[in-house]
Amino acid sequence: MKASNSYIGRPMDRVEDLRMVRGRGTYVADVNRPDQLYGVILRSSVAHGKIRSIDFTRALELPGVKLVLTAADLGATVPRIPVRLQPLPELEPFRQPMLADRKVRYVGEPIAVVIAESAAIAEDALEHIDLDIERLPAITNREQVEAAASVLFEDHGSNTAITWKALLGDADAAFKTADYVRRERFQIQRHTAMFMEPRGFVAEWDAEAAKLTVWGAAKLAWHNRRVLAAALGLDEDAVNLVEVDVGGGFGSRGEFYPEDYLIPAAAKIMQRPVKWTEDRREHMMSSNHAREIECNVEIAVSRDGRFLGLRGQIWADIGAYLRTNGSMGPRNVAQFMSGPYCFGNVDLKCSMLTTNKTPSGSYRGPGRFETDFIRERLIDIVARELKIDRLELRRRNLVADSQMPYRLPFITPSDSSNELDSGDYHAVFERCLKEFGWEERSKLRGKLVDGYYHGLGIGSFIEGGAAGPKEDARLVLETDGSLSVYLGSSAIGQGLETIMAQIAADATELPFEKITVNHGSTSHVKDGYGSYHSRSTVMGGSSILLAGEKLKELIRETAAKRFNCGPAEILIDGEQVSYAGNHLSLSKLSAVPLEVEASFYNTKHTWAYGTQAAHVAVDPGTGEVKVVDYLSVEDVGRMINPLTLHGQAIGAIVQGLGGALLEHLVYDTEGQLLTGSFADYLLPTASDFPNIRSITLELKPCPNNPLGAKGAGEGGVIPVGGVIGNAVADALFHLNVQPLELPLSPPRIWELIEEAHQQQLGSS
Amino acid sequence: MKPPIFEYASPSTIAEAVSLLASRDGNAKVISGGQSLMPMLAFRLASPELLVDLKQLKDLNTIIIRDDGVRLGAKVRWCDIESDKRLDRSHPLLAEAIKHVAHYQVRNRGTVGGSLAHADPSAEMPGVTLTCDGLMTIVGSRGMRIEKASDFFIGPLTTSLEPDEIITEVHLPSWPADRRWAFREFARRKGDFAMAGVALFYDLDQENRAVDAHIGVIGVSDCPIRLTAAEAALNGNALTEETFSAVVAAAKGSIDPPSDIHASGAYRRALLGTLLGRGLHQSASRGETNASPI
Repeated sequence: MKASNSYIGRPMDRVEDLRMVRGRGTYVADVNRPDQLYGVILRSSVAHGKIRSIDFTRALELPGVKLVLTAADLGATVPRIPVRLQPLPELEPFRQPMLADRKVRYVGEPIAVVIAESAAIAEDALEHIDLDIERLPAITNREQVEAAASVLFEDHGSNTAITWKALLGDADAAFKTADYVRRERFQIQRHTAMFMEPRGFVAEWDAEAAKLTVWGAAKLAWHNRRVLAAALGLDEDAVNLVEVDVGGGFGSRGEFYPEDYLIPAAAKIMQRPVKWTEDRREHMMSSNHAREIECNVEIAVSRDGRFLGLRGQIWADIGAYLRTNGSMGPRNVAQFMSGPYCFGNVDLKCSMLTTNKTPSGSYRGPGRFETDFIRERLIDIVARELKIDRLELRRRNLVADSQMPYRLPFITPSDSSNELDSGDYHAVFERCLKEFGWEERSKLRGKLVDGYYHGLGIGSFIEGGAAGPKEDARLVLETDGSLSVYLGSSAIGQGLETIMAQIAADATELPFEKITVNHGSTSHVKDGYGSYHSRSTVMGGSSILLAGEKLKELIRETAAKRFNCGPAEILIDGEQVSYAGNHLSLSKLSAVPLEVEASFYNTKHTWAYGTQAAHVAVDPGTGEVKVVDYLSVEDVGRMINPLTLHGQAIGAIVQGLGGALLEHLVYDTEGQLLTGSFADYLLPTASDFPNIRSITLELKPCPNNPLGAKGAGEGGVIPVGGVIGNAVADALFHLNVQPLELPLSPPRIWELIEEAHQQQLGSS
Repeated sequence: MKPPIFEYASPSTIAEAVSLLASRDGNAKVISGGQSLMPMLAFRLASPELLVDLKQLKDLNTIIIRDDGVRLGAKVRWCDIESDKRLDRSHPLLAEAIKHVAHYQVRNRGTVGGSLAHADPSAEMPGVTLTCDGLMTIVGSRGMRIEKASDFFIGPLTTSLEPDEIITEVHLPSWPADRRWAFREFARRKGDFAMAGVALFYDLDQENRAVDAHIGVIGVSDCPIRLTAAEAALNGNALTEETFSAVVAAAKGSIDPPSDIHASGAYRRALLGTLLGRGLHQSASRGETNASPI
């Protein structure tokens, strides 16, 4: 039957917005329980050392202090945070203990938890804990890793954890015979997600029912429930994680951190609710960092500009421990460096280095932002040196539609392969040039106008999405005829309630207004997987489609009994069912709610893809880079809501511009984090990048899911570093300035210009 | 990361405020807009026993413009300066510089007296006050005194203010209508701390040569400083490229900026040269009819 609804594809206003803009959202800091206590974490101020003693007697003497927890209270073996993604046995030694266990390995590592009648008392108590830490040499960069004055994990004996390898074809053979080989060193700075409000939890233990409730879950409620239940020795059913409103997650929020265990554990010990909210300084030193890599990469090219191979060594600084998804960035850098281009032969190694810095994890476009900077910069360098137009060079090497599905490098030690599913990469590339007005703008390239050199940059990207294995949805047709959707996906600010209601409306043919979406709490569906890897729409949305079919079947069966006919003879028509000219409202159909549950399984990733272009103006006197115009064109297969997707695309680009130009978590060589507030960690503000445009296309629906959708919204961030780097190089073409490190801060641009002037003086 | 325990007082007279400050032997702090002190308290970088809030003191929030110049009460906020259109004529350098102070919300609370007393090396108000030979009126246990800006700023976040003293007013001497001037600063984002900044002015003699040059800089030293060598290179000279190059060279040669996580000293020196050069050109073009700033 033809669906009568067509909400999918419509620019519906977000149903979440009214609540948010009226200040009626419930963030974790808004959650309060009667009789609650407050937790504060004592964090290490030493980057690397052995804990000789912790004396908290004076802290316990302060009125209002109830409890001080240290590793000694957590049992003979301090529980460690399991690796969620790529849980290889060789990564086990690097897992983080819930509290520092005999050693501290980074500034900010939790050493103790203080529980008190107020947060202020608990904070004052921190100053009354006497710590004796024997300092060890800090490892904060690759030089120090190689000098090995100390090792973080004595049992492992080295500061290199493991090395990922991405292999395709025979790279060495390709390099031997290539006409042209170019090698370059690149570096991306440590930076990370700064969501609106920092993390927090309220945990409550109901001793009578032997049940634990934790507010503040995000992204991964079911997985985290399993981890928490196991660490506390409880049945999963005894633990309920409740999702509240969040102001963004970006891959970082919702992963399992020490506090995910410490606050519930304290609530259980105290038999009273415990609340903890992170402040921004804590966030900067405790939530996952990301992106810090350096590498030597080589590209092999034929005389006529065909890419023949890519090889090299990457070093990823993962910080002090391997957290839940700490492998994703480093693995992705190696596996996806070839991006949307045919390289044929790839041999890339990425070694994960442990250092005395905050552990790292996924941040929007993990590994992909980094690797795209390297690849797109290399392509422009090749174009300059081979004197091939950089657009033409890309046209010659983008994967063609006819080559789909296109195999990506094989990755070890996880032994996994992947392939690009579908796409017309060339069409999107040309569309971007046209919409951007590339040819017209090219007249400004290299020109000095009002003190600024103008330049254009371009880059193409792929965005993986829809990680498996499955997602669950439960639909309930309530007795009043409204529909409740219960979902395993989580809302992290992406407009989940809106788009899932759109999909549910089309799937059930019920009016959009009659649908309520409930998400992300472990009481809603038996199992759920959550929101990461651009998966909610494809996985959660597809499970709603499947459940919708089941619900319609159940409605027909129920109605058939009422009308005394066969289910196939029942027509569902909006809010009523009909048989032979008789109508029955859905609100009168059944005395009990009609309920169905469905799971969507998927093993294949979706691949949204696109091209972005930038027009920048560079002030050679200050090193300032002004983004004059920025355009993203992306094919997402099928759009559910153009408005929410557009908002995400713009937001992703701004986040990318932050990474390309502003954001940097700076450490000194002692392992002290020097960026402890937003005065020093520079986030883009509302006035920094006013000119950003995004165009979304539906050229090639994904063949691997019933929606035809490809995970999207995350991806706009991916090419930004490369695109901006290329635009800056173009603006300063006359000086042959080649940005190889991010961020492109004014002092760095100035230094590049100075070096270029020196070289020109030297050679003249 | 919230403030340590402190006592709080909100006196209604200056005398009372001074005696409260004097009673704590250096362990009391004045609070007004709180835009610098509150973050320091939250980070526990400052832990005074007592905060003396000036909010009930009257008469400190007026801008008085007379023939002898502009007088800003200590509690005048950035937004008060911004919205006082008289200042566009009476003290255009001040009006221009204050546009660079932080963001909207901060400008609604931050005060002139607070900024002077805090003496951040990259803050605009101390830089303007020093450049303009400003005079601070200061009240303490020993009575009232008038302090020259050049004697007031003595080091990083350090001034000649005694623990029991309060700034009540700053006086910027009168501003001739045809004075040449410029204010230039550069920050990573609009409203951020300046990586370097320059305030300059001079008058022209009958041969159109610069006289009475004042050049003050922020963000390139541990406190705002005047560049006397650069001033000397400008005084008595015509407004030519040669003069401006000599002024910039003198300026760059007379500073030794510190390096920090945002920029190296070498960058700051070069940046100051760029800003000063642009400021000089801008100042020169101000006298020309319909000239627009460079």
